Amino acid sequence: MTDDQRFGLSRHVTLPGPLRLDGGVLLSPVDIAYETYGTLAPDGSNAILICHALTGDQYVASDHPITGKPGWWTRMVGPGKPIDPARHFIVCANVLGSCMGSSGPATVNPATGQPWAMSFPVITVRDMVRAQAMLLDHLGVGTVTLVGGSMGGMQALSWAATFPDRVTKAVVIASTARHTAQNIAFHEVGRQAIMADPNWRGGDYYGEGDPPAAGLAVARMAAHITYLSEAGLTEKFGRRLQAREAKSFGFDADFQVESYLRHQGLSFTDRFDANSYLYITRAMDYFDLAEEHGGLLANAFKGSRTRFALVSFDTDWLYPTPESRAIVHALNAAGAAVSFVELSSPFGHDAFLLDAPELNRVVDGFLRAAL
Amino acid sequence: MSLRPDLAVIAANVAPGSRVLDIGCGDGELMAALRDKKGVDARGLELDADDVASAVARGLSVVQGDADTDLAGYPDNSFDYAILSQTLQTTRAPDVVLEHLLRIGRHAFVSFPNFAHWRVRASLLWGGRMPVTRLLPVAWYATPNIHHVTIDDFRALLKERGITVEGAWFLSGDQRTSATMANLLAEHAVFLLRR
Repeated sequence: MTDDQRFGLSRHVTLPGPLRLDGGVLLSPVDIAYETYGTLAPDGSNAILICHALTGDQYVASDHPITGKPGWWTRMVGPGKPIDPARHFIVCANVLGSCMGSSGPATVNPATGQPWAMSFPVITVRDMVRAQAMLLDHLGVGTVTLVGGSMGGMQALSWAATFPDRVTKAVVIASTARHTAQNIAFHEVGRQAIMADPNWRGGDYYGEGDPPAAGLAVARMAAHITYLSEAGLTEKFGRRLQAREAKSFGFDADFQVESYLRHQGLSFTDRFDANSYLYITRAMDYFDLAEEHGGLLANAFKGSRTRFALVSFDTDWLYPTPESRAIVHALNAAGAAVSFVELSSPFGHDAFLLDAPELNRVVDGFLRAAL
Repeated sequence: MSLRPDLAVIAANVAPGSRVLDIGCGDGELMAALRDKKGVDARGLELDADDVASAVARGLSVVQGDADTDLAGYPDNSFDYAILSQTLQTTRAPDVVLEHLLRIGRHAFVSFPNFAHWRVRASLLWGGRMPVTRLLPVAWYATPNIHHVTIDDFRALLKERGITVEGAWFLSGDQRTSATMANLLAEHAVFLLRR
């Protein structure tokens, strides 16, 4: 299997499709950039698909090609970790609409030879999931365990609802079954910041060498606040000043928290495409799993034989614990096997990406348990 | 590993292959025993996050939640048995919890420490102090037990609500004791109920 070009790091495949999108468009071909770790068991029983969050990518446990930083979830994925290439066959794919090699606004529309830009069709979380299913078909993976945090959790839920016979277990961390008005509102701030940047040019900026970095940075700054907790920000920065003794009575980044946010915004623009940010936030805002099933979330899981584990964090105000509880209630109503725990962390929504021994313990136990 | 005596009584009387909801399941000791020995499809509800994590780590389906607030989300007759062991006296509304048990499960097991046991009575009568005993080991200000109940109190509630007793077991220490004068001699009661 080691010679098989389908498996390994920095893989890319062009699937003929067509992929019928929720918006009605047929997308063809479908490019998917992905990585695999470990070896698929002969009976196919050890496959795990990891779904990444809004600005994540396929580099879950290998160095990022642009930033050079370690994979985004090396605390969870790697030798001796709950998701271990020695035991599992691990797949992580860049989502549809993103900008790390999968089809999205920054890739070339074969019909025109130009980047899609805003002519790329609007996609949904379920479209991302269907594209991943096409990838798993290509890799020869049948049934699979889904693991995801934040938007990755939405994909895991959507997987279980869309391909119930294929999903043996689903781990849904710090996530939600629908975007609330507040979630949509924060995303709209980000989108408007991008669109207000004169460099955005209606999305046609790819040939200009001058992308809407300022707008994208502001979008990232606003979103980044929602990933942290008030207590976490206070602990990390308080009202401390940035490399100065006194307030400047000007509009430099006087406060450490301002400097931090500006850095977060700016460094984000080195690795992310503004149009992808528009498309993926739109997909998240459109996500309402109950709406897809006649308005009743339990219907999404009717007859499900998938085993679910949900985890929330007590300081996460982006997707707070009641959102996870609503999913648990729906799963109970559907008679599905579900575990749920709210873990304590000072780090807000981002807690699932940080050092969280209790999270690892829960995920490890859940994945090891026999079906 | 042997089960706590009240749990052993429950485990011995659950039908093999049934569906069970264990409310206040702790780290899943009873659930694991039911799953492994009786092929029971067991689900749990537990308040304590550490216990939930332990239960999930042993492969059980346990939801972190509160009997007082989270039972309403479970559909009618979705389990053969709803089990509430050593938890009734810690709930804010024990009667409401009891009604939920009998709505969710076709049968319900309820176990609780008997506050009319002679040691408790002696402590109050002769010592004038709230009892600290083997089954009530925590001082009054720290005890999670906020609704102390006796076996006779419980029977009275069952009668008032028209609930049928299908079985009753009484324990003193690790030993079974007779139903006669149970309200005085039993430290501990286990009831099997149905609507």
